Amino acid sequence: MTTGGLREFVADTAEGEDSSLVAVRSELSAAFTVRQEPGAAGSGMHRRTWLDTFDWRLYKAGLTLQFEQARRGGRLVLSRADGTPQAEQPVTRWPRRPGLAEDLPPGPVRDRILVLTSPRALLPIVKATSTVSVNRLLNADGKTVARLVEDRVTVTAPNGNTAGGTTAELPPRLAVAEVRGYPGQARKAAGLLASMPGVSHASQSVFIAALTVLGRHPADYTSGVDAEITASMPAPVAVARLLLRLLDTVELNVDGVLRDIDTEFLHDLRVAVRRTRSAIKLLGGVLPADLVEHFKAEFKWLGDVTTPVRDLDVHLLGFDALTGQLVAASPDDLEPLRAFLARRRTREFRRLAAALRGPRFRAITDDWRKALLEVRDVDGPRRRRLTAAALALSATGRSFRRIAAHGAAITSDSPPESLHDLRKRTKELRYLLEFFAPLHDQVAYRKVLSDLKQLQDCLGEFQDSEVQRAEIGALADAMLAERAAPAATLLAMGEIAAKLALSQAEARTEFSARFARFAGPAGRERVRVLLAGEMQGRR
Amino acid sequence: MKIFATYNIKGGVGKTTAAVNLAYLSAADGCRTLLWDLDPQGAASFLFRIKPRVKGGGKALIRGTKALDDAIKGTDFDHLDLLPADFTYRNMDLLLGDADRKPTRKLGQLLKPLAADYDHVFLDCPPSISLVSENVMHAADVLLVPLIPTTLSVRTLDQLTEFVAGFDGRRPQVRAFFSMVDRRKKLHLQITKDLTTERAGVAATPIPALSMIERMSVERAPVTAFAPRSVAARAYRALWAEVQQDPKPPKR
Repeated sequence: MTTGGLREFVADTAEGEDSSLVAVRSELSAAFTVRQEPGAAGSGMHRRTWLDTFDWRLYKAGLTLQFEQARRGGRLVLSRADGTPQAEQPVTRWPRRPGLAEDLPPGPVRDRILVLTSPRALLPIVKATSTVSVNRLLNADGKTVARLVEDRVTVTAPNGNTAGGTTAELPPRLAVAEVRGYPGQARKAAGLLASMPGVSHASQSVFIAALTVLGRHPADYTSGVDAEITASMPAPVAVARLLLRLLDTVELNVDGVLRDIDTEFLHDLRVAVRRTRSAIKLLGGVLPADLVEHFKAEFKWLGDVTTPVRDLDVHLLGFDALTGQLVAASPDDLEPLRAFLARRRTREFRRLAAALRGPRFRAITDDWRKALLEVRDVDGPRRRRLTAAALALSATGRSFRRIAAHGAAITSDSPPESLHDLRKRTKELRYLLEFFAPLHDQVAYRKVLSDLKQLQDCLGEFQDSEVQRAEIGALADAMLAERAAPAATLLAMGEIAAKLALSQAEARTEFSARFARFAGPAGRERVRVLLAGEMQGRR
Repeated sequence: MKIFATYNIKGGVGKTTAAVNLAYLSAADGCRTLLWDLDPQGAASFLFRIKPRVKGGGKALIRGTKALDDAIKGTDFDHLDLLPADFTYRNMDLLLGDADRKPTRKLGQLLKPLAADYDHVFLDCPPSISLVSENVMHAADVLLVPLIPTTLSVRTLDQLTEFVAGFDGRRPQVRAFFSMVDRRKKLHLQITKDLTTERAGVAATPIPALSMIERMSVERAPVTAFAPRSVAARAYRALWAEVQQDPKPPKR
């Protein structure tokens, strides 16, 4: 079958009802002899699964990835959103568990998606079972001049986390396939379909239609803070909305953490917890005082309980980069360290999972949500009616001034702790800027954010190098205690520690220039412009 | 892209039925296949229910004002396309004669752009010895020559083999096969037996004279498609297997 220029339609029909298809065939009979073509290429039952990362990296890059199941094995097909194929490769089977792109056999699909998706796993988003039947459209000579392809699709949400149920049937999809050399006949058939009541052009791909019918929409997860707040909103309401949004992120990631699908579930959960803690600290003044006290402690516990696994994840994710830096030692020398880290992670993961399944965590999320909903929905007394814009202005201004003062006091003789402390303050400012992003002038916002990021990178490099160096020391002790440390491994670890000391020293020398850019006259002016915009919003 | 051509100076020897069935079998194997119906009578086009008409006629194709690609029609079968006949093909000799240089190589040149689109091309030639058939012989990798088992047709094969041997450079492989073999005729059986054993290049599989093959013009489809389990279909399948297995590459 030589086909091209598929014209796609959707028949509006009640679930499981075939009458519309009968009507379609009868409409086409006016111009063609319609004859079923059993065993035609592409007919029969097809199973496919659409895959993407939890944070929709492929979709956001304008790509869709399908696993087409065949009797034996199957193939992965990567296409653009409009259906243009980009790459495909055979795979023996798609693992029951979500898998990482790096676990795929070598091939063009793997090559294309590896960098994009790593380190996130590919999850089944939607599964579809298609029953395709093909009809020939014959002219007066009995020659096939076009084909009508009918596709009845049943879709399933693999994880069941959907609003619209777990299984649904899509309205039948119809396509007119052109036979080479007979474009006019395909146009004619498509024209007949288009003019039929109850038949409309297919405006969505099967994938998007499936998501819609299952009550989802693409890119319905983002780790960012995008709470709906406005400048004139009462500050407690705005803060409650922010915190509710962060709580959503925490809860959305719990399942992925517990199933240990990939490392980024825990990372996103931790970022949301950190943001929550900063918000409580910096903006909690507008919330009931007893609430703030209690949850400050609870979220600290939650942050702490997630730290060991994340630290080990960071070591393991960066392991190859680490061994790549070795000059004197061989990468193999560090393998005992990798094995040690993996064992430790297994142990720590058990503790983390127990905590996330335990009553304390459930109490935090349930009670916190209840309390925040109360703040959001119950109107406070009139006299305390501070607006979101006013809160943003005072909190952001204060945070910036603290950084400026703190940073200016740092000299080359200052202890490392002073830089660590400054890093925490910059993180707080970063969160404040992100929380109130919808209220800022976007140009001014981006300028301040860019300066801040550079300063944060430098402080991050400084602190991370130090922390990692300390951790390598601690790991060496622990490995010795467990008799898991050959001398070659310890030597290689020493070499890594030396490298880290060097990059820390480099970060320290860069600090003054980065800080000057952020908090010097030009930087101050950029912050002034940002906050002046806020002032206007307040009035 | 491998080019097969069914050729015989005589008419009514089973050229078109062979071209149609072998092209169908090639496509059924999953090979992208094109059949060019060069015969102005348009029998192959008729068998695929395709109108024997090309916009602009043979002139537009030979002069290159219309690309072959634009004239190709999809048949009812997967992977099988047809370039229809046109009544103006009766003047193809004159048109080819007009070609500026190498008038005997024109068809081959026209087919070159299709190399990426097709695995196999079948040329169904009109019966004659002319500039068209010479073009076909130069373009083809394999000349499939249907022979009626008579002494005279054996002479024809000799003449053809000699003619092709005189080509400079690239020569097609000549593969004859017996066609319209009447098993009730002693002479048919004798000649078929003798020649397939004595002569290289003669296929062991004969195509019998069968009413099922004649039915093709009623069904308007290859016998290999509408009666795949028939004796006729089996014979074409065996011939196709034999033609493909030939180990001798054409001399180039």
